[in-house]
Amino acid sequence: MKGLNLALGAAGLAVFLALGEVVPRLGLVEEAYFPPTSRIADALADELSDGTFWTALGDTLTGWGLGLLIASTAGIVAGVVISVVPYLRDATASTIEFLRPIPSVALIPLAVLLYGTELRSVLLLVVYASFWQVLIQVLYGVQDLDPVAEETARSYGLGTWARIRHVLWPTALPYVMTGVRLAAAVALILAVTAELVIGAPGLGQRIAVAQNSQAVPEMYALVVVTGLLGLLINVGARTVERRALAWHQSVRGEVAV
Amino acid sequence: MHALVVSGLRKVYEGSGRRVEAVRDLTFTVEAGELVCLVGPSGCGKTTLLKCMGGLLTPTGGEVRLAGEKVSGPPPGMAFVFQEYGRSLFPWMRVGENVELPLKQKGLSKARRRELVSDALESVGLADAAGAYPWQLSGGMQQRVAIARALAYEPQVLLMDEPFAAVDAQTRADLEDLVRGLWRERGITILFVTHDIDEAVYLGQRVIVLSASPTVVQEQLKVDLPDERDQLHTRVAPRFAELRTHVYEQIQSAKRGTPSLTKTDTPPPH
Ligand SMILES: Nc1ncnc2c1ncn2[C@@H]1O[C@H](COP(=O)(O)OP(=O)(O)OP(=O)(O)O)[C@@H](O)[C@H]1O
Ligand SMILES: [Mg+2]
Repeated sequence: MKGLNLALGAAGLAVFLALGEVVPRLGLVEEAYFPPTSRIADALADELSDGTFWTALGDTLTGWGLGLLIASTAGIVAGVVISVVPYLRDATASTIEFLRPIPSVALIPLAVLLYGTELRSVLLLVVYASFWQVLIQVLYGVQDLDPVAEETARSYGLGTWARIRHVLWPTALPYVMTGVRLAAAVALILAVTAELVIGAPGLGQRIAVAQNSQAVPEMYALVVVTGLLGLLINVGARTVERRALAWHQSVRGEVAV
Repeated sequence: MHALVVSGLRKVYEGSGRRVEAVRDLTFTVEAGELVCLVGPSGCGKTTLLKCMGGLLTPTGGEVRLAGEKVSGPPPGMAFVFQEYGRSLFPWMRVGENVELPLKQKGLSKARRRELVSDALESVGLADAAGAYPWQLSGGMQQRVAIARALAYEPQVLLMDEPFAAVDAQTRADLEDLVRGLWRERGITILFVTHDIDEAVYLGQRVIVLSASPTVVQEQLKVDLPDERDQLHTRVAPRFAELRTHVYEQIQSAKRGTPSLTKTDTPPPH
């Protein structure tokens, strides 16, 4: 079954790539804007042997990783504090509901004003967008706390800190993992967007440069790289999740009752 | 000095526009090393009472004293076994870690912790389950893990809230014998809440019958069965039948709300 799925997936991809090769060559689409697969592959190979490409990739990953780290840490700490301190949740609910829907890209002018084209510009956008993903999940996760587990911990004399560490945190962990996985995807989008629009160094900026110099196959090659990056990030996050949550129902494959 | 003194205990739940007087006025004592069963109609406030005794709830009035000290939070000399054993064990910890966590909190050395954990698991017959996760065990095994966790904590007083309500009859009989065995072996004071009259009479040295809500003590009854009890013979003894009939009548009259005439006594043998 699994082998069959894999074969079907590979066949589908092969057909897609073949179409990408044939359609432009037949002149069905403008070859200048839709280069055939082989030319994109050539451009990709050129990129991979170019040192500046790797620098750009490193810049993008730095913005992504650093931003994700800051956002996750802040989201987790804020989520736990908001849930643990009495009344804080109610007091912050409306503010969160107001700030959360603001699209991160709407902050681009602010980022430019504050930091120009520096890394910090990218970080501002990445952190703002990913923070909410983590925070909201943590807030949900903490609500999942079982009162019986909590009372058990109290009856055995566990203090506030020990209860956060041994009961609250493991309860919220599946949600935190989901939050970080979603945040990782969003962070990549925002990192590339910021580079593309603001011109901060990275893959996004390289795409913009390729576009300006009419290097269409290179542009596609870079887009493919960002896509692969997103794929790797998702696969990686899911692997970490499965490892860390081996005990958890969603991974154990049982129906929660 | 009594191990446990409950005097004038009252608990009123307030909140969300509802006011429930769960416990009106409860007074009783438990001696050190005693095994006392509490029975009462459903919803009469047994869990509420136990949580007040365990320092998990603050009483509205009256007080609980453990070895002379007023209880104001979960006391270190007390362990609680919850009715919802499945939710009381932490699924992210292995059985051994579940049992060990309260001991870490107590600040015991690693060697001592290991000793207590393996000893407790052995007492409940789960020596080889230390590495399993709780959800890999059956319901009866899970409840035994919860009991092992309480034992390893080395409490003077063990509070058990309908611990066997959710297991099948055969497992239940085994667990009852386990509790009696552990009690005799370790000399712990046990307060055992149940809604099962047979279980109360079979297990207890004394049975406290609670009235329906608003709750007071309906009757206290000494169980004058021999200390050596077993499922087969004790349950068919004529004296057992008399005692269970008596408790049954008390609970029926508790439900009707008629106060009992006899307090703190034993029904005469017929
Ligand atoms: N947290 C709470 N808030 C409000 N009312 C409560 C709360 N917990 C219990 N009560 C009420 O207090 C009364 C006694 O509840 P309790 O759970 O102590 O009864 P019980 O004797 O343990 O019942 P059972 O035999 O069904 O377990 C009930 O009327 C219940 O509705
Ligand atoms: Mg109850």
